[in-house]
Amino acid sequence: MRISLLVSLCAAVVCALGQQTQEAIAFTGARVMPASGPEIPNGVVVIRGARIVAVGAADTTTIPAGARRVDISGKVLMPGIVDTHSHIGGPEGGDSSAPIQPDERILDSLNVRSATISKARAGGVTTANVMPGSGHLMSGQTLYLKLRKGNTIDDYLIHLDNGRVAGGMKMANGTNPRRDPPFPGTRAKAAALVREQYVKAQEYRDKVRQAGSDATKLPPRDLNMEGLVEVLDGKRIVQFHTHRQDDIMTAIRLSKEFGFHVVLHHVSEGWLVADEIAKAGVPCSVIEIDSPGGKLEAKDVRFETPAILYKAGVLVAIHTDDPITDSRLLLRSAALAIRGGLPREEALKALTINGAKILALDQRVGSLEPGKDADLVVLSGDPFSAYTKVLETWVEGQKVFDRANPQDRLYAVGGYGASHDQSDMDLDGEEDRQ
Amino acid sequence: MIARVLIAAALAALTAPAQIAIQGDTVYTMAGPAIRDGVVLVRDGKIERVGPAAEITVPPSYRTLRAAVVTPGLVDAHSTVGLSGYLNAPQDQDQVERSTAMQPDLRAIDSYNPREPLIAYLRSLGVTTLHTGHGPGILLSGQTMVVKTTGDTVEEAMVKPLAMVAVTLGNSARESQKGKSPGTRAKEIAMLRQEFIKAQEYQKKLDRAATEKDKKDSQARDLRMETLARVLKGEVPLLVTVQRANDIVTAIRLAKEFNIHLVLDDVPEAYLVLDEIKASGYPVILHPSMQRAFGDSENISFETAAKLKAAGIPFALQSGYESYVPKTRVVLFEAAVAAANGLSFEDALASITINAARIVGVDNRVGSLAAGKDGDVALYDGDPFEYASHCIGVVSDGKVVSEIRR
Repeated sequence: MRISLLVSLCAAVVCALGQQTQEAIAFTGARVMPASGPEIPNGVVVIRGARIVAVGAADTTTIPAGARRVDISGKVLMPGIVDTHSHIGGPEGGDSSAPIQPDERILDSLNVRSATISKARAGGVTTANVMPGSGHLMSGQTLYLKLRKGNTIDDYLIHLDNGRVAGGMKMANGTNPRRDPPFPGTRAKAAALVREQYVKAQEYRDKVRQAGSDATKLPPRDLNMEGLVEVLDGKRIVQFHTHRQDDIMTAIRLSKEFGFHVVLHHVSEGWLVADEIAKAGVPCSVIEIDSPGGKLEAKDVRFETPAILYKAGVLVAIHTDDPITDSRLLLRSAALAIRGGLPREEALKALTINGAKILALDQRVGSLEPGKDADLVVLSGDPFSAYTKVLETWVEGQKVFDRANPQDRLYAVGGYGASHDQSDMDLDGEEDRQ
Repeated sequence: MIARVLIAAALAALTAPAQIAIQGDTVYTMAGPAIRDGVVLVRDGKIERVGPAAEITVPPSYRTLRAAVVTPGLVDAHSTVGLSGYLNAPQDQDQVERSTAMQPDLRAIDSYNPREPLIAYLRSLGVTTLHTGHGPGILLSGQTMVVKTTGDTVEEAMVKPLAMVAVTLGNSARESQKGKSPGTRAKEIAMLRQEFIKAQEYQKKLDRAATEKDKKDSQARDLRMETLARVLKGEVPLLVTVQRANDIVTAIRLAKEFNIHLVLDDVPEAYLVLDEIKASGYPVILHPSMQRAFGDSENISFETAAKLKAAGIPFALQSGYESYVPKTRVVLFEAAVAAANGLSFEDALASITINAARIVGVDNRVGSLAAGKDGDVALYDGDPFEYASHCIGVVSDGKVVSEIRR
């Protein structure tokens, strides 16, 4: 015990020394919106390496000697945006063979060179829960990505302290997973199929526990069961697509029965059961849609949903479901929530710290606080104004989007080639050589 | 949202007959410069007078509405709302009939459901006039029309029963079924040319029969040919929905060959062929700013509206056709994104009011606040393009049809 403490102390010292050698960058002059506290009219944010080291008012915050100063007077600085529900990078989960496929990993399907990821950076998104679709009761394992500039999927992953790669489990109910057998034909059948699998997973987990260290007593490895056990053990949060008020209640009922953590996604009719959701203590990830309908379950969708849920006491994030909403318009979605009555400071949280909490990443991202990842968005003005532009996006101390760069600007506004994959990598290579 | 619209509709019924004075901190008339502290008087359904509050005495019998910003009722230059229902179930989708590739005889008036909830929804966001009808998705899907977003029947809503004939080019006009035409771009154009040549012959026979009274040249009525003949005469524009630059040029080539009045629709790659569009003299109904980047539209840009303006090409914005969620877009929101991407505020507003009315051919009645025009007015509690602003009132033909008190 003592030795390991010593080792970790040494590691901390080495780490700290390492950080000291990295250049500090001080952003000055901006209106800083930390999301963890009140707005700072003339704020300073200092980052070193991948982390934030100081946040405060200009007159009370010490800028380290030798820090590179970036004057962003007149601009707005906010935390990197956390999109709690996205399909950037073309994730694929389960196929048509079964309605419940917890063994599918989108890790094995994602194209990180997709232009959709570059466009998300242009929208200020720095963390995204990328998920398989909603055509299954359970379509697979989601990934919480950091939108660093990387070459392969490994460069985008979040490694948690326990060694796991951060991600959730996608579930859905309502009409999307209803299909011909083996998919469910009714809502009751859908719930029964899900319960059957969770019961199996409980038994599988019991066998594993009983085996203890005796490998001969372990059940044969079953990837589906392993996925579900991770959910039962709270290692994976269920990200549950659900629209209608009764489907919302079914999702809550299942989570209580099996004790899994759940986040309710979309919740088009959440405004009808806001108190029930609040009482269950379940957070919501909400989409704002420009008009009702398009599918039966969304016929009563309304801009007021985030406001109604917030007032009921529910933790609310706002997501894109990209491509349903383009990632470049996520700030706009939060502004639509304000239109529907959500207080401005809550709209900011719904884009940042609340999403981080929903993904259990709030120790690392979601607000401008010392020690957190240096994920920042520089805006030309008020985050919720139609006329505001995302000027820069930073992930872990690296600028990953710069509107002043022509290729980045192409992703921001669109145009010829804006949807072509990988061209940003090519151009960055050119830049490096210059 | 729906409930709010219904309440607004109920209110409208109660408040119908009053004469109305609308006072705005800023009144954008679209018939001249904006008026600070302006008044719009609406009498018997028509605009009576527009001017600065200092110059206009509001008769005491008039009901007064107040707003930060006042604009003409919005004109959606192209939609399928009323035909393409919000449930998106087979029974409420009437915008495309797939039995054959060319159906110019299909009238919009026979498919329009004036009680479709999306109509009331658009109305609550300031839209008072809608160019709607048969949608994109097959080569020649049918006719379009112009309606008001009020009325319990299509007859009550009617402004212009035959506005345009809708054609789609490019990938989305292709038949996916093997052996069915068109299956290529060249086939699309060959089929259209052949059909217009047939219509020319049809018209020639009719003309001969009329002038020479030659009974031999009389012929049975053909509803398809009748419609296309009107297009050939220039009475009815051809609305061509097209995405890629080469397909835009193809549409212009087709229109020039038959001397057709063309309206270019959608055109996400217009910025690649601005000179060609400008030289053609044809107007553009541009895609919604927030339309998704897929397929032939993958090169779509937020800045195209600004580029069309800079090139001097007349254009309007549209809500377009959506096959999923959201089931319709809203021109107020789409113009906001254009205004945020290089288009001036007033040009963005013009693209959903007077310029839309001109391209759709109803500017004699709607699109600006001027004496004698229809009493169609939209009221807002702030900059209409700011996402968090609200459309707080809508007046259509002199009746308050939507009102939100905050």
